[in-house]
Amino acid sequence: MSALKIKKGTSRHSAYDLRDPHAETEERHTLAVVVDNEAGVLARVIGLFSGRGYNIESLTVAETDHTGHVSRITVVTTGTPSVIEQIKAQLGRLVPVHDVHDLTVEGASVERELALFKVSGNGNDRIESLRLAEIFRANVVDSTLESFVFEMTGTPQKIDAFAELMRPLGLVEMARTGVAALSRGMD
Amino acid sequence: MTRQMTGAKMVVQALKDQGVDTVFGYPGGAVLPIYDEIFLQNDIRHYLVRHEQGAVHAAEGYARSTGKPGVVLVTSGPGATNAVTGLTDALMDSIPIVVLTGQVPTFLIGTDGFQEADTVGITRPCTKHNWLVKDPEDLSGRIHQAFHVATNGRPGPVLVDIPKDVQFATGTYTPPEKARTLHYQPKTKGDPEAIEALVELIEQAERPIFYTGGGVINSGPEASETLREFVDTSGFPITSTLMGLGAYPANGKNWLGMLGMHGLYEANLAMHGCDLMINVGARFDDRITGRVQDFSPKSQKVHIDIDPSSINKVIHVDLPIVGDVGSVLADALILWKSRGSKTRADSIQKWWYQIKEWKKVDCLAFTQSKKTIKPQHALTRLEALTKDHPKRYICTEVGQHQMWAAQFLGFNEPNRWMTSGGLGTMGYGFPASIGVQVAHPDALVINVAGEASWLMNMQEMGTAVQFRLPVKQFILNNERLGMVRQWQELLHGERYSHSWSEALPDFVKLAEAFGAKGIMISDPADLDDAIMEMLEYDGPVIFDCLVEKHENCFPMIPSGEAHNKMLLGEGAPTQDVIGTSGAVLV
Ligand SMILES: Cc1cc2nc3c(=O)[nH]c(=O)nc-3n(C[C@H](O)[C@H](O)[C@H](O)COP(=O)(O)OP(=O)(O)OC[C@H]3O[C@@H](n4cnc5c(N)ncnc54)[C@H](O)[C@@H]3O)c2cc1C
Ligand SMILES: Cc1ncc(C[n+]2csc(CCOP(=O)(O)OP(=O)(O)O)c2C)c(N)n1
Repeated sequence: MSALKIKKGTSRHSAYDLRDPHAETEERHTLAVVVDNEAGVLARVIGLFSGRGYNIESLTVAETDHTGHVSRITVVTTGTPSVIEQIKAQLGRLVPVHDVHDLTVEGASVERELALFKVSGNGNDRIESLRLAEIFRANVVDSTLESFVFEMTGTPQKIDAFAELMRPLGLVEMARTGVAALSRGMD
Repeated sequence: MTRQMTGAKMVVQALKDQGVDTVFGYPGGAVLPIYDEIFLQNDIRHYLVRHEQGAVHAAEGYARSTGKPGVVLVTSGPGATNAVTGLTDALMDSIPIVVLTGQVPTFLIGTDGFQEADTVGITRPCTKHNWLVKDPEDLSGRIHQAFHVATNGRPGPVLVDIPKDVQFATGTYTPPEKARTLHYQPKTKGDPEAIEALVELIEQAERPIFYTGGGVINSGPEASETLREFVDTSGFPITSTLMGLGAYPANGKNWLGMLGMHGLYEANLAMHGCDLMINVGARFDDRITGRVQDFSPKSQKVHIDIDPSSINKVIHVDLPIVGDVGSVLADALILWKSRGSKTRADSIQKWWYQIKEWKKVDCLAFTQSKKTIKPQHALTRLEALTKDHPKRYICTEVGQHQMWAAQFLGFNEPNRWMTSGGLGTMGYGFPASIGVQVAHPDALVINVAGEASWLMNMQEMGTAVQFRLPVKQFILNNERLGMVRQWQELLHGERYSHSWSEALPDFVKLAEAFGAKGIMISDPADLDDAIMEMLEYDGPVIFDCLVEKHENCFPMIPSGEAHNKMLLGEGAPTQDVIGTSGAVLV
C-alpha cells in the first residue's frame, strides 16, 4: 500500500479540488452559473436541484449579455463539501451551461441583495423605524401617515438583521430579490 | 447553398445529412407532415413499431450494437409520453439517441389542445437535453445540434419537439457544417500529469485490477483494442460491470468475469483486496460498491471518466482523470511503454496465485437436474451452440435471466451485448433485439428473456413479423417474477406477494397467431435439438423454455454488505441474511 503514492498536485488540473470528502460539515456556497438564455434553462437548473435533493437558499437570474443571449444565475446553496462538488459538476454538464463559478472558494467576492420592507405603525414605533432605517442606510420609497416602505441593499445578513429589528416595530410584508454576486478585482 | 423548404422536409433532409438511414417510429396527427415526407423518399427506412416505448428501445439496441445514434419519430401527447421510459433508460445507460416528437401547433400550446402534453417539461429530467422549436428557421440547426449533443461527451438521449405549424411552414435549411456550434464541447483528452501519475501507479502496483464499464463501449471499438493491449501486456487482471461486457474478451486470459451484486466471487474479492483499482468508464454503481464504507478499503483508486459528475459522486477517488477512455488509455499506454513497460511482475504473479485460489470456489456451480431444465443449464447449452457464430448479438430483459445471461454467456467483442442496466427496464430486450436485427440483418440476434418481462412489450411481435426480422426470443419461463420472488425469499420470509406469472399465454400459439414460429420445451433431454430448431428457423421464434421455478441467482452480495460477504450457490444460507439497512437498497 505504502508503495502507491500519487505525486502531490497531480489532480491540480482536474475538475476537482480534492478537499476532505469526509468532512461532514455543511457549507454555504454562492455559485454563479453562466448559461445560454434559452427557453427552459431556469427550469433545468431548478429541476436539477430538486431532482437530486440539493438545497436552494436563494436564486436570481437575468440576462446579462443581450447580444450573446447569455444569462447569469446566482444560486446560494448549502451542503457538505462533497455535495457542493457534485452540484458544481452536475451544473457544469448541463448543455446550456457555459461556466460555473464557485464565488465562495474563488477568492474574495461581493454579495448584494435588494429588499423592500413594509412597516406600519404610529407614535414611537414609527419614529424608531425611521431612525433605524437611517442607521442601516435604507431608503423610504413609499410613505403614508401610518406606513413606510423601506428599500435596502446589502448582504443577506444585513437584510436579516434589519428585518429582525423591524418585526416588533410593525413589519407587515417583505420582498427580497435573492443574492447577486461578483468576484472582486479585475476578473 | 441555403435552401428554402418546409419544416417537415427539413427534418428528413437533416436526418439524411446526419447519415441516418433508419428511423423507428409511430405516426399520429402532430407528425403527419413528416410522415408524408418520409413517404416521398427512399433513403431513410422507417420501421413501424407497435408502441412508442418499443421504438425507443429499438433505437437503443440499434445504437448500442452499431455505435451510431438511434433515431425515433413519434407523435405529440400520448406518443411522447409513451417514449418516456425509453428516454429514461437511454439516459441511465448513456445511449445516444435522437427522438423527434410532434407537438400541437404553436398557437395552441398552453391551451390544453388535442393531444397536447408539455413534452419538453415532462422529458427534461429524462433527456440529456431537449428543445421545443418554434421557428422553422431554427429547425434544421437544432436537429444537427441534437446529434452533436447525443453523441459527444457522455452520450445520451436528446429530444426535439416540433409543433405541427413549424412542420408546414417554409424556412431556410441549414446544413450540418453551417449549424451554429454549441458551447457544449466536452474535453476528451486527459491531463498529462494525471496520466503520468497513472503510469507510475501501474509501475508500482502489487495487486492491481482494471474495473471497466460501459464507458469503454461508449468510447468505441478502438478503446476496447487499446484496453486489450494494456491488459495483456501488463498482465493485470480485469473485471467489468454489466454494461462493459465484451470490451475485454471473455476468453481472454486475464478475464475475471463480471463483478458486482451478482458478479463472480473472484472478481469481487479481487476488487476488495486490490491495492490499485483502475476504473475505466464505470460509475461505481450501488450494484458494484455494496456497502460504500467497506468498498475496497485498501486501494488507491483511479477513475477515468468523460463526465466530471461521475467522479467522486459515490466513491472518493485518489486520481481522477477526466477524458475519453480511448484517448486516455492510448496516452497512458504510449507513456508506459516509452518508460519500459515496467510492472512488479513478482508481486503480480503472487496476486494471480491468490486470485486462482478464489477461482477454485467455482461460484457459478449449480445442481443439474434430469427432470427439469435449470435456467443456468439452458444458457450453458445456448452458449455452446451459438458461441462460434461470427455475428451473435445478445439482448436481455430484466431479472434473474439477465444475470444468468451475463454469467453464462461469453462476450468476446464490444457492442454485442444489449441490456438495461441502470434503469432495469422490463420490456427492454424484445424491442432492443428488433433494433439490433435491423442494424445487422444477417446476424444471429437472441433476446434472453423472462416470461414476465417479455410480456411487457410482446406487441412488437407484429414488428418482427412485418419486417421479417428473425429475432430469437429465448424465454426462460419460470412462471414467476423470478428476481422479485428471490428477494421475497431472502428478505420477506418467503411471502410471495404477487410475484407469480398467472394466466400466461400459450407461447407457441401466440407465436403462430402472429405468423411466427413457437417452440415449447420442458425436458432437458430435448434442449439441444430445440435450440438447433430455433437457430435453423429463418424467421422470428418464440422459444418457451420451461425452467425450474424456484431457482435462485447466485452468487449474490446481499444489499448493504461488503464485497467479501458474498452468498454462494446452492446450500448457501438464504434466511435473514440481509439486514434492514440493506433492505432499503433493493
Ligand atoms: C437486476 C439487475 C442486477 C444488476 N446487477 C449488476 C451486477 O451484479 N453487476 C454489475 O456490474 N451491474 C449490475 N447491474 C447493472 C447496474 O445497475 C449498472 O447499470 C451498471 O453497473 C453500471 O455500469 P457502469 O458502471 O459500467 O456504468 P454505465 O452506466 O455504463 O456508465 C458509463 C460511465 O462511463 C462514462 N463514460 C461514457 N462514455 C465515456 C467515454 N467515451 N470515455 C470515458 N468515460 C465515459 C460515463 O460518464 C459513466 O460514468 C444490474 C442491473 C439490474 C437491472
Ligand atoms: C418495468 C419494470 N417493472 C418492475 C420491475 C421490477 N422487477 C425487476 S425483475 C422483475 C421480475 C422479472 O421477471 P421475469 O421477466 O419473468 O424474469 P426472471 O427474474 O423470472 O428471470 C421485476 C418485476 C422492473 N425491473 N421493471
